[in-house]
Amino acid sequence: MNVFLTQLLNGLDKGGAYALIALGLTLVFGTLGVVNFAHGALFMLGCFCAVAFRYLLTIETVTIDPEQLSPWGAPLEVKTPVIQAWLGDFGAVLVDYSVPISILLAVPLMLLIGIAMERGLIKHFYKRTHAEQILVTFGLAIVLAEIVKTFFGPNPIPQPIPTALRGAADVGSWLGFAPHAITYPWWRLIYLMFSGVVIAGVFAFLQFTTYGMVVRAGMADREAVSILGINIDRRFTVVFGLAAVVAGVAGVMYTPLLAPNYMLGMDFLVLSFVVVVVGGMGSLGGAVAAGFLLGILQSFASMNEVRAIFPGIDQVIIYLVAVVILLVRPRGLMGRRGVMEG
Amino acid sequence: MLSLSRKDLISLVIFAAVVVAMPLWLAPFGAAYPGLMQKFAIAAIFAIGFNILFGLTGYLSFGHAAFLGVGSYTTVWTFKLLGMEILPAIIFAIIVAGLFSLIIGYFSLRRTGIYFSILTLAFAQMSYSLAYSVLTPITNGETGLLLARGDPRVLDMAFGNQVDGAGLPFPTLFGMELGGYGGFYLCAVVLILSFFISQKIFASPFGMALRSIKSNQMRMSYTGFDIKPYLLTAFVISGMFAGLAGALMSVTDPLAGAERMKWTESGNVVLMTILGGVGTLFGPVIGAWLIEYFENIFSAINYNMLNGFFGFLPDGVRDVAVTVSSKFVGEGWHLTLGLLFVVVVVFLPGGVMEGVRRLSAYFKDRTGRTPEPVTKASAAE
Repeated sequence: MNVFLTQLLNGLDKGGAYALIALGLTLVFGTLGVVNFAHGALFMLGCFCAVAFRYLLTIETVTIDPEQLSPWGAPLEVKTPVIQAWLGDFGAVLVDYSVPISILLAVPLMLLIGIAMERGLIKHFYKRTHAEQILVTFGLAIVLAEIVKTFFGPNPIPQPIPTALRGAADVGSWLGFAPHAITYPWWRLIYLMFSGVVIAGVFAFLQFTTYGMVVRAGMADREAVSILGINIDRRFTVVFGLAAVVAGVAGVMYTPLLAPNYMLGMDFLVLSFVVVVVGGMGSLGGAVAAGFLLGILQSFASMNEVRAIFPGIDQVIIYLVAVVILLVRPRGLMGRRGVMEG
Repeated sequence: MLSLSRKDLISLVIFAAVVVAMPLWLAPFGAAYPGLMQKFAIAAIFAIGFNILFGLTGYLSFGHAAFLGVGSYTTVWTFKLLGMEILPAIIFAIIVAGLFSLIIGYFSLRRTGIYFSILTLAFAQMSYSLAYSVLTPITNGETGLLLARGDPRVLDMAFGNQVDGAGLPFPTLFGMELGGYGGFYLCAVVLILSFFISQKIFASPFGMALRSIKSNQMRMSYTGFDIKPYLLTAFVISGMFAGLAGALMSVTDPLAGAERMKWTESGNVVLMTILGGVGTLFGPVIGAWLIEYFENIFSAINYNMLNGFFGFLPDGVRDVAVTVSSKFVGEGWHLTLGLLFVVVVVFLPGGVMEGVRRLSAYFKDRTGRTPEPVTKASAAE
């Protein structure tokens, strides 16, 4: 039972990332009808928002302190981040919490990038075939990845977890198991809760606001909504921006778990497309459910006991599930009948 | 069976002449060395095969690199087990890649559109991951499959072709070692043959059926036409071409690695076909050559060469020009590739061949003369 719970928890945080990316992909597909292969690149851009923010925060001044000596006997060079010199202890806290704080930078930036992308390129592809949409966004993904590579180099750049959150939570004792039976790193727990909050926020936005209601109406019948005199195109552009923001913040918070490099977007894109297809193209609930489901399945498949029976299953489980789902139930777990049921 | 229409015969002769004369006309571009021309030919074969599926049927496969990888592995294994003769290795590679694509195609073709793309992608990623992990005894994992002096090479041993001296044995064609231009001309001959086969397929009733599946699949089935076997045949043929390309890669350089199966490789062949012109005979070849050229020449340009190139500009302007353009060459050539790709899909969905057709139509309007006949380009479905 302990092992089972541990693996369940391990799968949940990765599942959260899949769910957030797949949610944006589905949102874009459901509103604009566009298959966006550049969505993984948006996740990657989010990761690099965190990297850039930390880089800005830790611009340092070097002062030579003759009082202290380095092990070689030379005067010690003391590096102080500028922000710490200005703001004192508060500056140090800022640097420590750079990852969560960079969400503040990521939200407006990703919104801007998303809207620019939709207005600049994607809107010309509404009427083109899916194959052409795939191709142009694939090209865009290459461009975005390469631009990031130019600025940040090809190597992964690890981001630290804030010091206070580095330990592991004793989840087992909360649930009445023996102490230290099930532990789970705090940051993963935070990521899980964070993804839950973002998902709930997106659903609340669509379900309980007038704006969201109009968007849902537009998803169901775009033409009828525009005949009512509503500028549905503008709302869909905002939805694209929203999807970019969701992918971006998912990336920001994921950086301490996986050091980002410019290829990250491509890796996550393939997986999250599989997630969308398993959940059902155009079904938001399906995307979220499938994201968590596949995360958990992947975690179980990487157990030594399972791998002893099916060697290599941890590498292929997600694709295997996708193949089975597509062959048996092509509209996905929760897809509507007749939507993209080729 | 081997006859061609007059028009096709002319294009075949022109094509053969262009391929054989590559060392001459590539020299001014700085690309006339055999190792690179060999790559040109192999990429073109891969793209020609991909075009038979994507160009004729409109099914966009994102997993063709898997067949390339399978072809490579089979070739190296044939070298290791049977002997260093090239022909059996290539034939085995084509057969194994064909069988592999038969299995994958059988499942993938049960869906259409984006689902087909994702199924092929899923199968290819599965093969890639397995090649890296569980199948290590067959694929030798991250190191890649290499020849070794202790390999059995049953046929070579039987005929007494021992490895003499130190070092590893070389692949041979009827006993001759292939190096430098030998390797290139082998690839060139195979490329011309592939082009001929693709011409025959385009002109055959089979090709016609594939094109009508592309234009309206439902209507084809309603007329009582069973489309599945046609699609599967096209899939297997293009898989065999990919296997052939993979075999040639391993023939010219006897090793095989899992990175050849990665999905970026599949993306690459899609790029080549789109860039040149989907569904045309020459398009994929042109696209393949352009991209290979970019990859090898653009990525070799460095800072000093740029400085020399912009030498005529005043100092400040030159620094800016060099800094900006250095982002697009060398390490950054992928950026150029991505931009080029976006531009082509946005403005010229038919690729280079579409551009040629538009240009010739433009000149026809202006001068009132009939332009040279150009293979008609059709946009991607």
